Amino acid sequence: MLNLDALVAEALAAVDGAQQVTALDEVRVNFLGKKGRLTEQLKSLGKLSPEERPAAGQAINQAKQQVQQAITERMTALQQAELNAKLASETIDVSLPGRRMPEAGLHPVSRTINRIKTYFGELGFEVKQGPEVEDSFHNFDALNIPEHHPARADHDTFYFNPELVLRTQTSGVQIRTMENEQPPLRIISPGRVYRNDYDQTHTPMFHQVEGLMVDEKVSFTELKGILHDFLQNFFEKDLTIRFRPSYFPFTEPSAEVDVLGENGWLEVLGCGMVHPNVLRSVGVDPEKYSGFAFGMGVERLTMLRYGVNDLRAFFENDLRFLKQFN
Amino acid sequence: MKFSESWVREWVNPAISSDELAEQITMAGLEVDGVEGVAGEFTGVVVGEVVECGQHPDADKLRVTKVNVGGDELLDIVCGAANCRQGLKVMVATVGAVLPGNFKIKKAKLRGQPSMGMLCAEAELGMAEESDGIMELPADAPIGMDIREYLKLDDKTIEVDLTPNRSDCLGIAGLAREIGVLNNCEVTEPSWDSAKATISDKVDVVLEAPAACPRYLARVIKGVDATVQSPLWLVEKLRRCGVRSVDPVVDVTQYVLLEFGHPMHAFDLDKIDGGIVVRMAKPEEKLTLLDGNEATLRDDTLVIADHNKALAMAGIFGGLDSGVTAQSKDILLESAFFAPLAIAGKARSYGLHTDASHRYERGVDFELQHKAMERATALLLDIVGGEAGPVVEAVSQADLPALAPITLRKAKLESRIGISFDNAQVEEILTRLGLTVAAIEGGWTATVPSYRFDLAIEEDLIEEVARVFGYNNIPNVAPTASLVMNRHPEADITEDELKDTLVKRGYQEAITYSFVDPKVQKILFPEANDLILPHPISADMSAMRVSLLPGLLQTLKYNQNRQQNRVRLFELGLRFLPESDTQVVQNKMLGGVIAGSRFDEHWSEGAGAVDFYDVKGDVEALLANFGGLEPFRFVADAHPALHPGQAAAIYRGDTIVGHVGALHPSAIKSLGIKGKVFAFELLIEALGEKLIPKAVPVSKFPANRRDFAFVVDHAVASSDVIDLVKKVGGNQVVNVNLFDMYQGEGVVEGKKSLAISITVQDLERTLEDKEISVLTDNVITAVTSEFNATLRE
Repeated sequence: MLNLDALVAEALAAVDGAQQVTALDEVRVNFLGKKGRLTEQLKSLGKLSPEERPAAGQAINQAKQQVQQAITERMTALQQAELNAKLASETIDVSLPGRRMPEAGLHPVSRTINRIKTYFGELGFEVKQGPEVEDSFHNFDALNIPEHHPARADHDTFYFNPELVLRTQTSGVQIRTMENEQPPLRIISPGRVYRNDYDQTHTPMFHQVEGLMVDEKVSFTELKGILHDFLQNFFEKDLTIRFRPSYFPFTEPSAEVDVLGENGWLEVLGCGMVHPNVLRSVGVDPEKYSGFAFGMGVERLTMLRYGVNDLRAFFENDLRFLKQFN
Repeated sequence: MKFSESWVREWVNPAISSDELAEQITMAGLEVDGVEGVAGEFTGVVVGEVVECGQHPDADKLRVTKVNVGGDELLDIVCGAANCRQGLKVMVATVGAVLPGNFKIKKAKLRGQPSMGMLCAEAELGMAEESDGIMELPADAPIGMDIREYLKLDDKTIEVDLTPNRSDCLGIAGLAREIGVLNNCEVTEPSWDSAKATISDKVDVVLEAPAACPRYLARVIKGVDATVQSPLWLVEKLRRCGVRSVDPVVDVTQYVLLEFGHPMHAFDLDKIDGGIVVRMAKPEEKLTLLDGNEATLRDDTLVIADHNKALAMAGIFGGLDSGVTAQSKDILLESAFFAPLAIAGKARSYGLHTDASHRYERGVDFELQHKAMERATALLLDIVGGEAGPVVEAVSQADLPALAPITLRKAKLESRIGISFDNAQVEEILTRLGLTVAAIEGGWTATVPSYRFDLAIEEDLIEEVARVFGYNNIPNVAPTASLVMNRHPEADITEDELKDTLVKRGYQEAITYSFVDPKVQKILFPEANDLILPHPISADMSAMRVSLLPGLLQTLKYNQNRQQNRVRLFELGLRFLPESDTQVVQNKMLGGVIAGSRFDEHWSEGAGAVDFYDVKGDVEALLANFGGLEPFRFVADAHPALHPGQAAAIYRGDTIVGHVGALHPSAIKSLGIKGKVFAFELLIEALGEKLIPKAVPVSKFPANRRDFAFVVDHAVASSDVIDLVKKVGGNQVVNVNLFDMYQGEGVVEGKKSLAISITVQDLERTLEDKEISVLTDNVITAVTSEFNATLRE
């Protein structure tokens, strides 16, 4: 059986020498295949006497197992090495940019309007919209601004004819809503408004968000409360805010609201308790109901929030400006 | 309105600083726009007298003077002003003086002559924008006195931006009253001696339009000298209120206007035929105004006329011919109450705006006319001399405003404001405001003084109480309301969902003006009947848009011109389609434009330019928000702004909901845009509702796929083929997909090959090959016969 030991030694040497999975497989076939050299040894058992056979068989099987185990171990090592080599060859630069359609963004004015909608939406204020080419009844008369009222002249209105204007304020939506719905009402109305004025601090079109709440016993303290809450929320700062008496024909008492900025007070919105004439003009009983209304300039709020210096940038739509808000 | 702080303090003088005063009245609703010194910052300027004034030996335009400033010696000063002369009292900046702009006065030599100071003009001391020569001081100006002290220059001009309801504060008197209320301190009106009528001359006054002019006072003053200079104190007071001195008569009327907020007017008596008639203008009646322009009057305009002609536009502007001049000897002074409604809007309708019209259209105290007349008379007699006749008053009591008592209920006050008030507190506030208050059950009745004609209803009093109490003393309280959910129908699509879809696909939102350049609009929509603004900001902002495309394309161009080549923009907003003079259809549109490369330049992707199918894909993504593309169809259709071969109308049912396509090459050229542009526009209201899912069972049996390649004419719409396949396939066809379109080698020119897969599956059982063959044969037969197609091998 000397040749068996030599054969095993030869086989183990061949296993060790195999550098690839395919070469190792050849070694396996060569020694352990159907016609492999170790397998062939089993066939020689027939030449032995029955007494010798079990021991010789066992020796051959042990030899086969020994070689098989060596092959298995070597196979695992080679497969691992090959996988490692393959993986190494597949390494990429993970820092390269991914493939995608670059996202864009909303206009900063929309961004501000969305924030305002969120705050008031949570309090049950519904979004309402109205026409921009508006009749003078809804833009003026129903808001207690009769013809020749000095406030009308102050509006720098774009007229198409005496009955038809580009709305100067979103307040007309109050009227349109109250014409169709009875209190309790909580609405906001964002949208474009127009004034015939164009310079560093005025554009002929800008955006307002109108708000209206009508219910039994709505009070001025509540108007102050909700706007105070809103401004703190919007600017995410503990701002100094003041309510300054003012005049709007459609509210009484009326106020303008200023916030204290780095360079003094800045007016951010106008508000007041809905004038009884306005309630009456839409068939709401001012003895039973009261309400407050407010209107805020979206561009002004956006400028303060994000540090925009030039109002006109909003409507030039320079992508380099707009992308800053993406 | 601009006012001089020291003038107001002559009436009421609370112990607060200028800044505190400005803050206080701002917080009372009289918003201060600005506080400015009435002169620049300077020191070392005194009153002097020009003792000698001679020609400079070496300079034609200079004079050498000796000036007495009260010192031991006369000062040698060289002066370039033409009005410099011997005996004149002047403002002298002495050596060491510092003038505005930190300009230091030093000893100097001017063309060889020594100069020990400077004689000053108003402009040099920040008292005027420009000056013609040095300032001439009155002869009694005390030599050596500091100019700041002499002219009381430590005064401020305060500008208040008054709201239209507070015309009572358009004068020193009203401001003083308000300041008195806020500080709870005494207001002292200046006193003067009313002039006695020393002559009996008068003119008759007839009120032909008593509703428009319920009260008119006229007074003759004879023998005036209108050539005299207005006194310095008068000129200075006017200046500090932003009013320029004109002549002594006008200056006096302006003074009364500023002092009491009451406009006055003076006529040259010689130019008045007969008497005064206050009437409506005759149609087309002509009147040459004080500015020299001739106005053609309408019959809704109130005029002051004599027995022959219109003299002045009542409450707005005087006439040139009847105006007072330096030659006038006899004048007629007017002090009238014109009803606000008669004046409102009229000045504007003639393109005018005057101090008088500003006050009359907001309202003037209807009981102030006598006082204003007396004040003006006294001042005039003092300054221009003459003798006054009696005051003639024409009045229509019935047309004067009536001041009805206002009831204020305490419960209403407290519920509107939201806090409780002490009775005494309310009474005190109203009383301070000049109201006469009487307590009644549950509240008060209050009678307002004639100058607070803006107070008429209960809410007016609520506002006054809150205002004087102080808005900032009223607490902030969270509102209470019933918790009722707002409706949010599932089938509704929000604008935000659509906008987000585009943003995720790389579209930047733009907001462009709703008025566009009509020329640009014409290029894109030659047939458009657009709504034109009669008075636009500029011609290129004069047409209301009929589509979002003009604005988006202009924005695209704006960005291309700034080296932004890959542009994807969208906008959501109204278009305006006029139907008649009073009807304009306003539809909300969603539009987008794309140009440049499909992606940003990327290390692995080609920089392919966008094409029709990019923009169509974006539109499909939008429409997918409606529960799938099933309800929508894209049909080749012409559109004026789009390429005729690359344009589609988008249908939902039979309704066109939008368009998508390549911008017409001619439009690209005319607009000056670079490269190809693809655009879409959707009519939001037509897009309809979102489909609400309705679940069906999922088949447990295997699906089979069969592929076909049909060769059809180029003109055949693939969607028609797909539709037919679906129709023929019936329920067992669960998916039809066009997976390839091929033109070129192997396909006859003018034809295209459409590779279509169908997936068949049954809910109940496994389909047999034989059944599938029948189905595919039906599909092939239908497509080949309907579209004259052949099956490509």
